Amino acid sequence: MKTENPKSEIRNPQSEIPEQWQPKILAFLCNWCSYAGADLAGVSRIQYPTNVRVIRVPCSGRINPLFIFSALRQGIDGVLVSGCHPGDCHYISGNLVARRKFALLKNWLEYVGIEPERVQFSWVSAAEGGRFAEILQKVVDGVKQVGPIQKLTKDI
Amino acid sequence: MRQKTNLSDELKWVARKLFEENRIDLLIGYEKGTLPLHNRPCFVSSVEGVDKLVWDSLCANNLATYLPRLFTRTHRPKGWKPPRVAIVAKGCDARSVVGLIKEKQAPRENIVILGVPCDGVVDLRKIEDALDGACPVSAKVAEDGSIMLQLDSGKSVQVSREKALFDACSDCPYPDAPVFDIRIGREIGDKSARRPFKDVEEFEAKSPEPRWKYFLEEMSKCIRCYACRQACPNCYCPTCFAEQTQPKWLGVGADLPEVMYFHLGRIFHQAGRCVDCGACVRACPMGIDLRIFTRKMVKDVQELFGYEAGISLDEPPPLCTFKMEDDESFITEP
Repeated sequence: MKTENPKSEIRNPQSEIPEQWQPKILAFLCNWCSYAGADLAGVSRIQYPTNVRVIRVPCSGRINPLFIFSALRQGIDGVLVSGCHPGDCHYISGNLVARRKFALLKNWLEYVGIEPERVQFSWVSAAEGGRFAEILQKVVDGVKQVGPIQKLTKDI
Repeated sequence: MRQKTNLSDELKWVARKLFEENRIDLLIGYEKGTLPLHNRPCFVSSVEGVDKLVWDSLCANNLATYLPRLFTRTHRPKGWKPPRVAIVAKGCDARSVVGLIKEKQAPRENIVILGVPCDGVVDLRKIEDALDGACPVSAKVAEDGSIMLQLDSGKSVQVSREKALFDACSDCPYPDAPVFDIRIGREIGDKSARRPFKDVEEFEAKSPEPRWKYFLEEMSKCIRCYACRQACPNCYCPTCFAEQTQPKWLGVGADLPEVMYFHLGRIFHQAGRCVDCGACVRACPMGIDLRIFTRKMVKDVQELFGYEAGISLDEPPPLCTFKMEDDESFITEP
């Protein structure tokens, strides 16, 4: 039998959050809407949390669930996936097909006991800089509440 | 007129006919194994082999697993034609075959689905538990479906059907093949209107910590032998994401994060495709309770998209299509 992985022990996250800790958030933003939305937030000088690392993807339909598992395993505390609003996809239906995948993925991760705050999905258009900042703030607040990721991470 | 004797005889009769009329090149079915209780898959390529075919509730394997490799050969000698294959299919096998046809892993026109009625297959682990270490030397399925075992001590034991069946079989909603070309025996009919998913609902009702704990416990048993993947008819990718090197999704170790990653990925890949045949659970040498996780996918796809895998050839796979009114309640709003 294998020895228990000490990192994977169940802990009470509330009691263990280090004081100075800031979460690492990974945001997958679609090229046509959400990335432009984030850009607009920037040029409009809207303040949003600096915890985010952005990866630009051609479409939210590009997101492979394995990207998200990989991010969590490598110690990313929260993942945000954002695309165009339904009906506005540059590729007509990319986000609509992705939406089905996301619905299953969200349920699936929650089912095995990973906090739902860690993986979030949203729609942000190119004109919604303020909305992008608000959503990001919400994600960061949520992840701060659940604490650093411990469940899927691998020590190297 | 052919006589209705038993299903094995009827199967042999049909198989012989198919070979004699030159309608198939290969038949995938079951034969008696060398050990009692172990019926094994067999490949029959001419009328001579037909007599070894059997069908009873000891035929557990999902034969659809063998189909894709017959058609997706990389080495194709000159004059190679895709074979015409007949496959003995229980309800779950037939659903897997339908899935494979839909995913273009097997051409419909080359497949003859021989639908056999199945009221459940026997779980060897349950029999082992019931025998408590004793060794059976012969096994027979009685008229009423119970399993008659002759032990090495000379005693004989009878295990009732309810105690011997797989969990997946006891609440199976599709005992008959929903799509078939030739039906063997008589239709059993719909046993239950819907599968209740009671186990999944109970699991969902738990708080996150016990759920995570259970997932962790099950995953820590895994030795990453990939038996679940090999047994699964849906896992036909020439290169599995677990073995891909560009990108390298996961390492080769059997430490927990890697194992969890593998199962999270593999089970997610079953979304909208899993027919809950239980092949992965049967194949697992460590006895991991995979079904509680795979069934979540089955349930979600059914509830969110109203889709059941392998029922019809026309319905598009759920993750290849969409509806404008799909559920959006999970989307984060500011």
